[in-house]
Amino acid sequence: MKEILRKLEERRAVARLGGGEKRIAAQHARGKLTARERIALLLDQDSFEEFDMFVEHDCHEFGMENQKIPGDGVVTGWGTVNGRPVYVFVKDFTVFGGSLSRAHARKMTKVQDMALRTGAPIIGLFDAGGARIQEGVDALGGYGEVFTRNVLASGVIPQISVIMGPCAGGDVYSPAMTDFIFMVRDTSYMFVTGPDVVKTVTNETVTSEQLGGASIHTTKSSVADGAWDNDVIAMTQIRRLVDFLPLSNRDEVPERPYFDEQNRIEKSLDTLIPANPNMPYDMKELIHKVVDEADFFEIQESFAKNIITGFARIEGRSIGIVANQPMVLAGVLDSDASRKAARFVRFCDCFNIPVVTFVDVPGFLPGTAQEYGGLIKHGAKLLFAYTEATVPKVTVITRKAYGGAYDVMSSKHIRGDFNYAWPTAEIAVMGAKGAVEIIHRADIDDKDKIAAHTKTYEDRFLNPFVAAERGYIDEVIMPHSTRSRVARALALLKSKEIENPWKKHDNIPL
Amino acid sequence: MFKKILIANRGEIACRVIKTARKMGIKTVAVYSDADKDALHVEMADEAVHIGPAPAAQSYLLIDRIIEACRQTGAEAVHPGYGFLSENPKFAIALKEAGIAFIGPNIKAIEAMGDKIESKKFANAAKVSTVPGYLGVIESPADAVRIAGEIGYPVMIKASAGGGGKGMRIAWNEGEVEEGFVSSKNEALSSFGDDRVFIEKFVTEPRHIEIQLIADKFGNTVYVNERECSIQRRNQKVIEEAPSPFLDAATRKAMGEQSVALAKAVNYESAGTVEFIVDKDRNFYFLEMNTRLQVEHPVTELITGIDLVEQMIRVAAGEKLTVTQDDVKINGWAIESRIYAEDPYRSFLPSTGRLVRYQPPAEGTADGLTIRNDTGVYEGGEISIFYDPMIAKLCTHGPDRLAAIDHMSVALDEFRIEGIQHNIPFLGAIMEHERFRSGNITTGFIAEEFPDGFHGVDISRSRSDRLVAVAMFLHEVHAARAVQISGQLPNRPRKVPDEWVVAMKTNSEVTRQKIRVRESDTGLELDYLDADGTIASRHLVESDWRPGQPLFKGLVDGQPVSVQIDRAKQGYMLNYRGASAHAAVRTTLGDSLEQLMPEKVAPDMGKFLLCPMPGLVKSISVAEGDEVKAGQTLAVVEAMKMENNLRAERDGIIAKVSAKAGDSLAVDAVILEFE
Repeated sequence: MKEILRKLEERRAVARLGGGEKRIAAQHARGKLTARERIALLLDQDSFEEFDMFVEHDCHEFGMENQKIPGDGVVTGWGTVNGRPVYVFVKDFTVFGGSLSRAHARKMTKVQDMALRTGAPIIGLFDAGGARIQEGVDALGGYGEVFTRNVLASGVIPQISVIMGPCAGGDVYSPAMTDFIFMVRDTSYMFVTGPDVVKTVTNETVTSEQLGGASIHTTKSSVADGAWDNDVIAMTQIRRLVDFLPLSNRDEVPERPYFDEQNRIEKSLDTLIPANPNMPYDMKELIHKVVDEADFFEIQESFAKNIITGFARIEGRSIGIVANQPMVLAGVLDSDASRKAARFVRFCDCFNIPVVTFVDVPGFLPGTAQEYGGLIKHGAKLLFAYTEATVPKVTVITRKAYGGAYDVMSSKHIRGDFNYAWPTAEIAVMGAKGAVEIIHRADIDDKDKIAAHTKTYEDRFLNPFVAAERGYIDEVIMPHSTRSRVARALALLKSKEIENPWKKHDNIPL
Repeated sequence: MFKKILIANRGEIACRVIKTARKMGIKTVAVYSDADKDALHVEMADEAVHIGPAPAAQSYLLIDRIIEACRQTGAEAVHPGYGFLSENPKFAIALKEAGIAFIGPNIKAIEAMGDKIESKKFANAAKVSTVPGYLGVIESPADAVRIAGEIGYPVMIKASAGGGGKGMRIAWNEGEVEEGFVSSKNEALSSFGDDRVFIEKFVTEPRHIEIQLIADKFGNTVYVNERECSIQRRNQKVIEEAPSPFLDAATRKAMGEQSVALAKAVNYESAGTVEFIVDKDRNFYFLEMNTRLQVEHPVTELITGIDLVEQMIRVAAGEKLTVTQDDVKINGWAIESRIYAEDPYRSFLPSTGRLVRYQPPAEGTADGLTIRNDTGVYEGGEISIFYDPMIAKLCTHGPDRLAAIDHMSVALDEFRIEGIQHNIPFLGAIMEHERFRSGNITTGFIAEEFPDGFHGVDISRSRSDRLVAVAMFLHEVHAARAVQISGQLPNRPRKVPDEWVVAMKTNSEVTRQKIRVRESDTGLELDYLDADGTIASRHLVESDWRPGQPLFKGLVDGQPVSVQIDRAKQGYMLNYRGASAHAAVRTTLGDSLEQLMPEKVAPDMGKFLLCPMPGLVKSISVAEGDEVKAGQTLAVVEAMKMENNLRAERDGIIAKVSAKAGDSLAVDAVILEFE
């Protein structure tokens, strides 16, 4: 009996070594950790339970039958993050370069199925060479099986992908269909076709970093939602993210003790809006001063900075925040900002995370670049996302809410639940200059008249009261009480019930 | 007594004067420019009058506007504060003509002391010690040697028309005088077209020590001890204290009596300050007299209990001084730190903008230690580009010098400012500096001890042990909260490890400390473990700190410790005693894995010209491919209405220009790149 038990330990030891000491050393030399090291950092100590440790591939081509390594290039299983269950699959670059075989894919789909069945998030860590070519169509089929489960799980359980090494070809589409993609700077890259193929086909010379490094995907392509400096920080931050998310769409947002004052008054917010309406201010200051403990997990921090998205907590419960950023392009809505925020709002709606929106938006960005780029449809995505969302929606207009952008930014008209405005709010079709030039076209050359008209317009429309008189704003609130007002609204909205008409699914303008 | 006074100033000094006026039952009128509409002094005053646009020349310096404001409000007297119009005789004259009292000295005294030569004459006549020297024309090297001999070595030979150190020589003996005389003359001729030179005593190891005095209209003049202001950066006072650690009773008395003599010589009748330079043998020499309230007056108030502003108002209203020379005592020690909106790590460039957080330590006295904070700002207010970038004057008082210094360290540690850069780390570093603590200071202290500017400091072993303990405590509090999240697997409480490694990175070193933690009734007990697992030392942390609080206050091994905390991507940034440290707490495994992570090498920025401050590109003076010489202007960036020429630090070829005129750049944005 003892002999048998010992044998299990031996086999486990072999499996845990993956591709062997030499490959592990090579992995470390590249500044990367091994699959099991990453898991140790990601999950609570001693909480990981591994599945399919002894699975091997069944390929008989190209001499593969003589090369078998238990685990077959991916480590799967489950564990806990602060006591809450999560499933993981982690590519093991030391084993066949982490390449995907039929057996490897089946390990992945097994945890995907279990995650979906039990309603717990799944986290994939990618560091692999793509399809195992020796397996041919079996590998492609394997990918398809994984993709299918990504899609079925979408909106049911949170799916998080972290790119921690190469991720190319078929490998990219699984992360692409998950909720979030994060990368590790300098050691990871992600593309459909690599620099060699690019060179052959288009004659472009690019490095992997230039083609699909974290610097590209977090700023230009918006494929990635964030990037960190190394594996250790990445795992710490993923733990932080998981703490914000419910386990599934059947679960409530997590709650934990908070040590911030419920009714914290922030006098300094009364001076946040500059006297000059054309002066920017930092919307993040408002976010930090409203949420619990100034703790804000930003999503897509480096992309479309004219809008801010991310997670925070109010009274210990997660919320999603969307806010125009006057510091960048005056907080205007353009195609990128609309897409970024739309996707974020839809994620929150999937997972019962209330959305708090801070509005200071001068409108949509004009110009051929935007119109040719399909601003109409991109802007519509955000409008659509906000309108269909049934989670609690609390909106605070701090300054400008002009034109169609006013409607889009979670207004009362598209089912905003609580809409507050600061006394500095300007809710109007457009700013004074533009409006006066249209309404009083006849006086356009008379400077004095135009000045008088502008003054009249400003006095009448550039305030929150016209909207408040009509009930489009529930109340005009003091900036310093924003936290307590938002918190009270969210507390009330916990019992919100609303359902959209039955449909197979909607047809958002993709 | 006046019923209403106007304060012709802004910022902290206006607030300071209003406080005393209010205490005396006098109504106050503030004046303000466009930029100060929402300023604290406007809020504090009973009334406020707008006097013009933001630039001081169009507001606070306009005599007519201020007199008009007095008329409008019925103010009977004006307190000028310091700076602006405080030492402008025209202002005093105009007030007199308007029949408004000036809370300051008489016009003659302002005029006499405002003139460098005139004031020296008065000083000589009043037998006040001045720097020995010979102001006549010196004909030959032989003459120079003779005169130098009379003055006594070392001497300084200076160009009469000079400035900026040109034509200046220091000579320690006859040979050096001969040599220096010739070269100084030549240099003076080539630099200024005027070869006249003069010789005066060179004061070695100089200290700046000044005497505060207060006089009434009845001929009573009292000196209120001295202040030492030797800690200066480029002639700007940074830290002041009272009394001076250097003066003995005899010197103090001599300086005080000479100051009184000078004041009497000009019929002085308000608060004033006589500045001296003091050498290492306690010889003191008159520099100048300031006929106003000084910035650093609070340290005098703290050790004497005299409210100088109150005395100024009383004597201006024609009352007699209520203090006699015998009443003036020295009680304990007071230190003042000037907190400036400037970036100590970037050669003290001014930093203006919104005060996102402004949370000074609590004022008041406890256990014989006092904190006083004179300020004119508030959280959410603006540090404007138009005026002095001083945020606050933080003062501490204690029974002796080291007690006052240590209390200042704590007060600085507890001072929270966000949104702009500030010099608190630099001030904290000075408080910890052995030479400063020893009192062996001169006006050269900062230049000598921080010759290449300020780049942060390391912390001593014992202090770093405390900081490690604080980091461990923060982590434990966070971990304890993290495991209370909802949605956990039922009946399977998460195991929180009790062994951790705190990796702390300070200015120049990384330390790793393995710690075993244990909750006890009193607090968190920490065993610092050696590599072999034996207990190297034990520590106890007691605090009611909660997540989200930016200031940790507590006891480490019974010692009070205050540390500022900023969240980092991993762990915390900790600020303590002028030092900045990054601390991350990990499991033993986590720590070993972290050590496998490659050091991220910041790209070599030597190849780049970076924007030194947020600003607007006015022009780019070079194009790609240009060859440039060291010193050549590459770009002009406007920041805070100031044009800054950015010059090449070395010869090179421009590889790429990344910015263009009109661009608005953030700090450290790349302007251009060298090959």
